[in-house]
Amino acid sequence: MARDRRILAGVAGLGLIGLLIGGAFAGLAFEAARDWSGAAAAFDAYLVRVAGFTLWQATLSTLLSVAPAILVARALARHPAFPGRGLVLKLFLVPLALPAIVAAMGVLALLGRAGLFADPLTALTGSRWQGIYGLSGILVAHVFFNLPLAARLLLQALEAVPADQWRLAAQLGMGASASFRLIEWPALRAALPGVAGLVFMLCVTSFTIVLTLGGGPAATTLEVAIYQALRFDFDPARAVALTALQIALTAAAVLFLLRLGADMAGDASLPVAPRRPAVAGAAERVVNAAIILAALLFVAGPLAAVTVSGLRADLARLAREPAVHAATLTSLVLALCAALLCVALSLALAAARRALEMKRPRTARPSLLERMLDTGAGFVLVVPPIVVGAGWFVALRGTGQVFAAAPVMVIAVNAVMAMPFAIRAIRPAWDAASARHERLAAQLGITGLARLRLIDWPSIRRPAFTALAFAMALSLGDLGVIALFGSDSVQTLPYLLLARMGSYRTMDAAGLALILGAVCLALTMLAERGRAAR
Amino acid sequence: MSGAAVRLENVAFSYGETAMSFDLDVEASEIVAIMGPSGSGKSTLLNLVAGFEAPSSGRILIGGEDAAGLPPAQRPVSMVFQENNLFSHLDVARNVGLGRSPSLRLTGADRADIAAALARTGLAGKEKRLPAELSGGERQRVALARALLRDRPVLLLDEAFASLGPALRREMLELVRDLDAERRMTILMVTHHPGDARALCHRIAFVEEGRVAAVAPTAEMFSPDAPEAFRAYIGA
Amino acid sequence: MRINPSILVAATLALAAAPAAAQDKLTVYTYDSFTAEWGPGPAVEKAFEAECGCDLEFVAVADGVALLNRLRLEGKGTRADIVLGLDTNLTFEARQTGLFAPHGVTLDRVSVPGGWDDDTFVPYDYGYFAFVYDSEAIETPPASLRELVEAGPEEKIVIQDPRTSTPGLGLLLWVKAVYGDEAAGAWARLKDKVLTVTPGWSEAYGLFTSGEAAMVLSYTTSPAYHEIAEGSTRYKAAGFAKGHYLQVEVAARTLRGADNPLAQKFLDFMTTPAFQDAIPEANWMFPAGETSGPLDPAFDGLVKPERTLALDAEEVAENRQAWIDEWLAAMSR
Repeated sequence: MARDRRILAGVAGLGLIGLLIGGAFAGLAFEAARDWSGAAAAFDAYLVRVAGFTLWQATLSTLLSVAPAILVARALARHPAFPGRGLVLKLFLVPLALPAIVAAMGVLALLGRAGLFADPLTALTGSRWQGIYGLSGILVAHVFFNLPLAARLLLQALEAVPADQWRLAAQLGMGASASFRLIEWPALRAALPGVAGLVFMLCVTSFTIVLTLGGGPAATTLEVAIYQALRFDFDPARAVALTALQIALTAAAVLFLLRLGADMAGDASLPVAPRRPAVAGAAERVVNAAIILAALLFVAGPLAAVTVSGLRADLARLAREPAVHAATLTSLVLALCAALLCVALSLALAAARRALEMKRPRTARPSLLERMLDTGAGFVLVVPPIVVGAGWFVALRGTGQVFAAAPVMVIAVNAVMAMPFAIRAIRPAWDAASARHERLAAQLGITGLARLRLIDWPSIRRPAFTALAFAMALSLGDLGVIALFGSDSVQTLPYLLLARMGSYRTMDAAGLALILGAVCLALTMLAERGRAAR
Repeated sequence: MSGAAVRLENVAFSYGETAMSFDLDVEASEIVAIMGPSGSGKSTLLNLVAGFEAPSSGRILIGGEDAAGLPPAQRPVSMVFQENNLFSHLDVARNVGLGRSPSLRLTGADRADIAAALARTGLAGKEKRLPAELSGGERQRVALARALLRDRPVLLLDEAFASLGPALRREMLELVRDLDAERRMTILMVTHHPGDARALCHRIAFVEEGRVAAVAPTAEMFSPDAPEAFRAYIGA
Repeated sequence: MRINPSILVAATLALAAAPAAAQDKLTVYTYDSFTAEWGPGPAVEKAFEAECGCDLEFVAVADGVALLNRLRLEGKGTRADIVLGLDTNLTFEARQTGLFAPHGVTLDRVSVPGGWDDDTFVPYDYGYFAFVYDSEAIETPPASLRELVEAGPEEKIVIQDPRTSTPGLGLLLWVKAVYGDEAAGAWARLKDKVLTVTPGWSEAYGLFTSGEAAMVLSYTTSPAYHEIAEGSTRYKAAGFAKGHYLQVEVAARTLRGADNPLAQKFLDFMTTPAFQDAIPEANWMFPAGETSGPLDPAFDGLVKPERTLALDAEEVAENRQAWIDEWLAAMSR
């Protein structure tokens, strides 16, 4: 039966993720088998402090990213057609593609000791501004990364509210607060735990931001400890233990978040109603405009700083360099492959989850498999890429295929790491389309590929392209997994950027950061075009 | 093709807290209205026949054959819902064409049949329209055209015309009657309108609290001899 | 990681029994700034291939630490004949892996501060850690590590994390070499002066050149880059009278390389001008052997430490964790 094939596809997808993570763990465990003492020794007072700080900064970062994102998403949802809205949404994806150090430098260009705002801040505080180092710096950088992300994901939830509800609200004369309470909040509330969980996981694994902006080793995350264990101390047992701890702590936090949320039924009516009109009054317009402007400035500020320093580089020379061409091409190909794989995997998981949901009695609780297909896959985010890379390196070293495997690893890891985002975009649309089409398709016997081509793909192509854009942006910025595989096999733009930065060529690096941002923006625009095309 | 008999024997189904059990005998080519209060189980009864729900016990026989385990598409049944009968991104011709080939691989003959079915349902020339560009009545006509093309012995109408105006609804009922005159299908239609039943149906099955409480010829059900509960339901 | 001696023997036997591999190719593992197009790699490759009539293949990883890890992970199955780019703080652990063979070359042509006598590792360049400052912001830089530590917290410095970076570890050892048991106290005093601690050299130097701090932990050779490549003398290294901590970069041949005559040839070649000429202005370190001509005058103007500080590699390996813990405790307070 077609239904079972969908579940099989999802199980296969889940299996691939499990293989990627499990294989890495198995590899490291094999390496660690010689000496497990590091695992036990890992649990000391230092670790408790590090774990505490990790959770504390991640919690604060999540709160500070998601709470304003609610306002921003709502403001964007209530004004579906102001000029420049599309550009704002695209800009919101760019931070995802920037290597952390570039973002940190962007933030410091404004709020650093020598930043643009250093003099006003000195005047304001009465003493020499020492730069936004410490917890506040970490938080600002994390909000820069995650506020736009959360805003986009929440906006998606708001856009899934049926048009009829908005018309009803308009007709009933609901004011801003009533429609927030009765229409927007329920939709947001359903999406919030997932979005917050995602942001939380991204902040838990923060590494460069925490060290660079943290001001000192008091700001240390588990990720730093894992990196240290694997790279500097070469203690696989310790790395495995720390990674397991990181996963366990994050899982506990995310499960707690999920308990707060409610599941929302999809919109099951035929979307023939025209796009809803803006319903905001004059006062609300002003407030919304201010919110959007503030968020835009917050995101665009560091981006502008990156642009300005990038423009100071010799861009014409960079643009002619074969190394830059090759790295750009490599990045594009890898990002595209990773994004396509990511969307395919996400579709398989979403379809399997929905199929399982339809199979069980409506009153029954979802099975473990169904939950795994939904939120379980998200936990891959807290497995450090260096662990995956090192684990697979160990697993593959005997085969002599380590070098050939490098691009495959990069693609697979990036695809899987981007899945939590892609699923968030795809699942609601898939469920809604399924609720609308399931009986009809069953009645007409439309199954398999024909169903995918004729029914499912047209209904989910917009969110699928959004997911594609997310995944490409994320993959563009990544460089974690290649650390051990050897860099010349996979020379990407971020890698080239760090290589230049690591050999005094700071200006080149700034120029490459600009090129990377531009490539990301261009890719998002292409994806949006695919989204809009019929 | 002519109709097939539909028989429900002790068909049990539970939906949350509500337990249902249906017994019903519909002869081949008969038209039966399924009436009853909201939530009584009318649509569930149709869903069981169409195969969207599986009974926990009992048998459903269509044309004398047990339908258990048959997926919806393989049952000799077409169903028209109140809404969502069409894929909003496919034009009229392709929506109808799905009734012939679920993968839309259509031959020239198929296209001719589609055009004929559309002409028969009064939609000639609207092949390229998208569902959003049609009126509510036209959308249901497209669904009927597709049912014509599928040519299955049993037609299930689940409040298919409930959202249409009186004149449109009458038109649709006439269309169904004309089609039935040609095809001699078995029709089960869920409706709240006594007029629908009077215009079309041989018998009325009254469903109440998850079971078929009474079945009788239409005229009898609208007479003072009808069961009290049914009279209360139609407000007689 | 401990190697079971019997496995070692078995592997050696297996290697000896294996048919001789094609001996016209040499595989060198190194770090990626060595093989970058502006690094010494391309010139070295050209020169050696011309001399040996063979094929030299570089495989690059991120840095020296990654290099050692890579080798540990590959074990005896490694493709590397030569590993080039370990530094003196890694040689002890590298030797412990049992994966390296004696170099078998004469060290006559090699000259590094403090002298060199090692049967496994051959140095190819060296440098000194130093605090590099912006002369437009600082007129009188500190003249010793103690002066830096004692100075008030107004002038900020950026340093690297010893848990994740080589220069960071270098400073840790430097402070240890100068302060000994009082290192913790020195770090506690230095703490307020530290603007931030970055994961690696790149981030720190980036913050320095963007003006966040007027002083950064780097190398005495850093100003030479700015002078030669950018024509700027703005950035200078602060000369510390009591000495600078030394970093020597070395190469060695693996057990596999011991069976490839080209490996020994390469180590020998490494000490000649053909190799050494590529070092100063591509790797921005001091050559460990004779070059064919004098270095660029910019190198003459660099800080020449009167004293060289260095701790024994074995002592470093044994105490590293304890010293890092001490650093963490002092800096986290």
